[in-house]
Amino acid sequence: MTETAADTPLRETLLAPIHRALGARMVPFAGYSMPVQYPTGIIAEHKWTREHAGLFDVSHMGPSLLMLADRSGDPDRDHAAVSALIEPLITADVRGLKLGQVRYTLLLNDKGGILDDLMVARPRDPKWSGTLYIVVNAGTKNADFAAISAAAGDRAKLHRADDNALIALQGPEAAVVMRDFVPAAADLGFMTVGSFRHEDTDLTISRSGYTGEDGFEILVPPDHATDIWNRLTQDPRVKPIGLGARDSLRLEAGLPLYGHDLDETTSPVEADLGFAVSKRRREAADFPGAKRLLGEVAGGATRVRVGLTVEGAPAREGAEILDAEGHALGKVTSGGFAPTLNKPIAMGYVPPAFAKAGTRLGVSVRGRVQPAIVTAMPFVPHRYFRKPA
Amino acid sequence: MTTRYTREHEWIRLDGDTALVGISQYAQEQLGDIVFVELPAVGKKLAKGDEAAVVESVKAASEIFAPVAGEVVAVNDALADAPGTVNSDPEAGGWFLKLKVANRADLDSLMDEAAYKAFLETI
Repeated sequence: MTETAADTPLRETLLAPIHRALGARMVPFAGYSMPVQYPTGIIAEHKWTREHAGLFDVSHMGPSLLMLADRSGDPDRDHAAVSALIEPLITADVRGLKLGQVRYTLLLNDKGGILDDLMVARPRDPKWSGTLYIVVNAGTKNADFAAISAAAGDRAKLHRADDNALIALQGPEAAVVMRDFVPAAADLGFMTVGSFRHEDTDLTISRSGYTGEDGFEILVPPDHATDIWNRLTQDPRVKPIGLGARDSLRLEAGLPLYGHDLDETTSPVEADLGFAVSKRRREAADFPGAKRLLGEVAGGATRVRVGLTVEGAPAREGAEILDAEGHALGKVTSGGFAPTLNKPIAMGYVPPAFAKAGTRLGVSVRGRVQPAIVTAMPFVPHRYFRKPA
Repeated sequence: MTTRYTREHEWIRLDGDTALVGISQYAQEQLGDIVFVELPAVGKKLAKGDEAAVVESVKAASEIFAPVAGEVVAVNDALADAPGTVNSDPEAGGWFLKLKVANRADLDSLMDEAAYKAFLETI
């Protein structure tokens, strides 16, 4: 995450007055004042999301639309044209996206280091042909948007949509809540997106999230942000959830956080995100730093992201990871307490020889070594919605 | 028994020449859900202001300082299995450690309950 200088005024999302009225504790995050927790506290919010449905204000993130300047009118041709503009920056087979499909991908520098992780989607609605819906991280959005705009030149225009509200509804009851709110959106498959209408509001809804649970991410026009938030929180199955629980939920789900578990020095192979490099792109080796990635796939990586189950005090970001003899292997990149498991967990980087699940390592916390066992991720199984065939 | 408070939100409650030490209701609210407490070894000698314990919330670790000088004569082992007691009962069951106080007069420089309440108003 990009730290903000102390003299930079914090931005607020459209929902900030609601958070304050609910008694949220607001903290600076990626240049925004954001709710880290509501009065119920992080553990209660975390557990509510795992058992019911949590509502998260993630309007600090970077939703955007990349729109082809001159459309031919042929949807496939226009999609191929806009895809060709962004593909040189990222690892996804964008051209191969089906209508309504969302894909997790990585923005890389020319050394194959990760500049951001992001979602790219192909809208289903024919009126959006030649357009991509792109959602990037809050701390990196200005740089990402600049890079995408530069790559697009005058052939496409990037329209920021981060003046809207972005609301995530997550948890095992998210789908039944959606069924009562926007019924058609409850039929979305995992990692698909669509345009929907709720009363007089146009909503872009994807079935996706950052908790490991089933759920949706809803882009809401500014004028309706408060109404939609209130409408959803009126449902007794839904409670507002802060960024603190968002972090513990994604950690349990084994999902990396940009700026902590991923940065410009990390490659997709090191980060164990090889799945984000589409087959066609890998075969063509036509993405930034492809040579490094292919070398690492062949066994050349010096470190890899692993999960750790920690005994004792939580091992936080920066804690040293040690082998059985006490030699430093790498560092924890994010760590904390896992409310679902009732014990501390962490992610960090170690050489591949130490990455096998079950390997006994140590972590140094306040100068003392505590046991840590390499653990397959996710720590808590994903429960994404799989559409019946 | 006298209970005194520090500006760092520890409390200390004297009974004879020993005193229990913990954190205030305000402090536990600020920390949020406490998931781990690291306590000192019994027998450890602490100067005023020394790090006496560490509390870990879901988000972060925070140090607890000795309000006065003394020797640790007991620690609250029950917190190992139930660190949440610091949230639910911070000023009684959620005590951290018992100090044999070096100089009882050291407590006089700390705030009494009324003064601490007035101090909280200024934060």
